[in-house]
Amino acid sequence: MYWNPEVECAPREEIERRQFESLRGLVANLYDNNPFYRGKMDGHGVKPGDIRCLEDISKLPFMYKDDLRDNYPTKLFTVPTTDIVRYHVSSGTTGKPTLVGYTREDLEYWTESLARALTSVGITDEDTIQVSYGYGLFTGGLGLHYGAERVGASVLPSSTGSTERQLELMVDLGVTAIACTPSYLIHMIEVAGKMGIDFRRDTKLRIAVLGAEPWTDAMRKIIEESAGIRAYDIFGTSEMAGPMFTECGEQDGIHLSWDMVYPEIIDPETGEVLGPGEEGELVVTMLKKEALPMVRFRLRDVTAIIEGPCKCGRTSPRIRRITGRTDDMLIVRGINVFPSQVEHALLQVPELTGHYQITVDRIGALDVMKVEAEIDPDAFSDKMEDLMSIKKRAEGIMKKYLNIGVRIELREHGSLPRYEGKGSRVKDMRSMK
Amino acid sequence: MKDGELITQLSIFVNNEPGSLASIALVLKECDINLKAFNIAESAGFGVLRAIADDPRKACASLRGRSIAVKPTKVIAVHVEDQPGGLFGIARILGEAKINIEYAYAYAGKKGPVIFVRVDEPEAALAAIRAAGMKVLGEKDL
Repeated sequence: MYWNPEVECAPREEIERRQFESLRGLVANLYDNNPFYRGKMDGHGVKPGDIRCLEDISKLPFMYKDDLRDNYPTKLFTVPTTDIVRYHVSSGTTGKPTLVGYTREDLEYWTESLARALTSVGITDEDTIQVSYGYGLFTGGLGLHYGAERVGASVLPSSTGSTERQLELMVDLGVTAIACTPSYLIHMIEVAGKMGIDFRRDTKLRIAVLGAEPWTDAMRKIIEESAGIRAYDIFGTSEMAGPMFTECGEQDGIHLSWDMVYPEIIDPETGEVLGPGEEGELVVTMLKKEALPMVRFRLRDVTAIIEGPCKCGRTSPRIRRITGRTDDMLIVRGINVFPSQVEHALLQVPELTGHYQITVDRIGALDVMKVEAEIDPDAFSDKMEDLMSIKKRAEGIMKKYLNIGVRIELREHGSLPRYEGKGSRVKDMRSMK
Repeated sequence: MKDGELITQLSIFVNNEPGSLASIALVLKECDINLKAFNIAESAGFGVLRAIADDPRKACASLRGRSIAVKPTKVIAVHVEDQPGGLFGIARILGEAKINIEYAYAYAGKKGPVIFVRVDEPEAALAAIRAAGMKVLGEKDL
């Protein structure tokens, strides 16, 4: 099922031709009308005329999150505020927040991309979808809300919190799909268990669209098996518009709508563009945005572009699941560590629930990494020896995955924080010293 | 083993950090659970609270209802003399029978001191204790 088959299944040559047309128009317009972009391009020694083919995009300078912070609130906007119909503010945890704005046309494209995405995972006008992302300044709630309305699904705008009430509504309304963070869905499944609600038996849920935080295929398997559903990854950031793109029914990479975004993968150190299949930092150029254009915006997300057509028939480029962020990458004793690796390692230990908190500290000259992990109440043993062996085994697996020694601390079930939006499971105490 | 020969003890997982015993203790209070005796074993980052409660089955169910990691475990309760050598008596019996004591703790008791012992071979332990003429206590005797 396609929402917009002409675009989603367009031939390769047409995609490249039209992407180039969009890019050329975008660059010319920014150079002529926007002092910020003009300054950036001049500083980089590049003129709109230098962009003669799609690959010439690599001649353009990068944009960074700091550009948005430095020009807070609206200095990068390219339309008058009378044309702005919505704002969102990023939940960034460091420094100044970033503000994004949308014209009516920007919202239209955002909604269109989500209508395509939701259709691709099988959500139709017959579904009832519970949107359990935060509504408000965060893009998740309202984005999914309008996308789901566009496909004609019945939307339950439950936002975050009041988990027991959310579960009652899920049962009472026969909710068939949910959009939320993966950790929140796991939390819901846990709470449901305590309430005597079995997802497989008592709900009609069949699809989850999960994102806004890193997760792994191992976590997907746990969610799919415990709830009897199919779980799909969703991707997008407020700079792009919000959550925009998902995997299709094949669960083999996230489809990016080619008419809206041109993706590149670069080496985060050198800025050099990498080829298909190579892992690196994702950089996006938004081809249709009006209010806040993004040219070669460095997302800090680490992924790779998947080459070749998808079995679903869509010809749009795909990216692999985000494996980490170049900026939440920890360097511990000289070794790069992604929290997603920690998560993946913990899921290999069935006695742990998968909730975790990482703390990195410096004791003397030595970096010490501690991972607190919750013990599954069913796996709890009275024998200190058994508990120590769970800890030892987890430490062994962690060592294998991360290549560094990690101290595991077992915690009570439910004692670590659950994140309902973007939250950081990493505490780096070294930066505070 | 006949019923009533072993005592049901509650083993509760607790975080090893300020306030975590208080939070477990509050749940015990709210669930109306009275403890006769308890001890805490600690390790890196966590501890195990082992306790003898008035009604262990009911206590276990209510703690589970509050998402507390709790496991009922069996221990042997023996009455010992309230004088020097009381502990030696029971320890010697088990040592000579080659039975390893995993852990043990004591309770002043209404009818004199009681020692709770966790062993790896409870049946052999019971036989050795009886053969030595010592009394094994049931839950009703506490």
